[in-house]
Amino acid sequence: MQAFSLTGKTILITGASSGIGRAMAIACAEAGALLVISGRNKERLSETLQLLHGEGHSMCVADLTNEDELAALVDFVPKLDGLVSNAGIANPLMLQFVEKQDVEETLNTNAISVIHLTRLLLQEKKLKKDASVVFTSSINGNRCAYIGSTLYAASKAMLTGFMKASALELAPKGIRVNSIEPGMIETELLKDGNISQDELDKDKQKYPLKRYGKPEEVAWAAVYLLSDATRWMTGSSILIDGGYTLQ
Amino acid sequence: MEMNDFIKNFGQQFDDTDVSTFTPETRFRELEEWSSLNALAVLNMIGKKYGIKILPDEMKPTQTIQELYDLVLSKK
Repeated sequence: MQAFSLTGKTILITGASSGIGRAMAIACAEAGALLVISGRNKERLSETLQLLHGEGHSMCVADLTNEDELAALVDFVPKLDGLVSNAGIANPLMLQFVEKQDVEETLNTNAISVIHLTRLLLQEKKLKKDASVVFTSSINGNRCAYIGSTLYAASKAMLTGFMKASALELAPKGIRVNSIEPGMIETELLKDGNISQDELDKDKQKYPLKRYGKPEEVAWAAVYLLSDATRWMTGSSILIDGGYTLQ
Repeated sequence: MEMNDFIKNFGQQFDDTDVSTFTPETRFRELEEWSSLNALAVLNMIGKKYGIKILPDEMKPTQTIQELYDLVLSKK
């Protein structure tokens, strides 16, 4: 099944120091891609690099909300066949407590930095003709919402709007832009304790498949979107939510 | 940090319970209005007003406002 292979493709994955981003890096390397991985935490990013199958992968530590570090990353990467943008934060905060800096932090990290990364790669001609761009979005803000997640939901909906318009605009270049909308995934983002274990256990029961997703179950969708198997697919979102939004 | 202030801030997270009914001994989980929504609001309030991050699992054993206040103090 050559169409599902990433052999010969050079791919940048951001947010690769943990969670879904790390799982995507591992899966893409297994599928044959040559990777550049990026993330904020040098130690954990190095761990991801060690886990990658094959030779020649590289890493670039960068906080994408920092203009200089973003520019350095764009400068560092070679011409790309694919980009997967994962960097994201979630911090449950009810609207009555939201301050300007909270809005800026969440929107900058989850959406605005993604927009800047994509435009800079395009402007610097780092995206090859027929490249595939993939954004990790969420069901939250696109198909449903959660209490305490106004900013997160807004950032993920912003990403979807950007995905659709850029898909249309970049189609003449053969560049495809798609996103993945996962439900709750077992990552450090959940384990940081902002939601109690009781509530997490109760929430899992709301999923028809009775569990949260695993990072690799989102990663396989990224491999699919980056591969030639989806060369006629653009402006789409792949829903991976264990059936959660059926109800 | 002062208890009266804490009670006032705590009480502001409720819409239907009169702020004047809250005392350090109030068992807040037994209030009719109490829900996971108030719990998140109280945690957000502690984070924003006192700069202290309390996790839901840490808050779970607390029953009275005094116990919650002591938990916040212990993290200061």
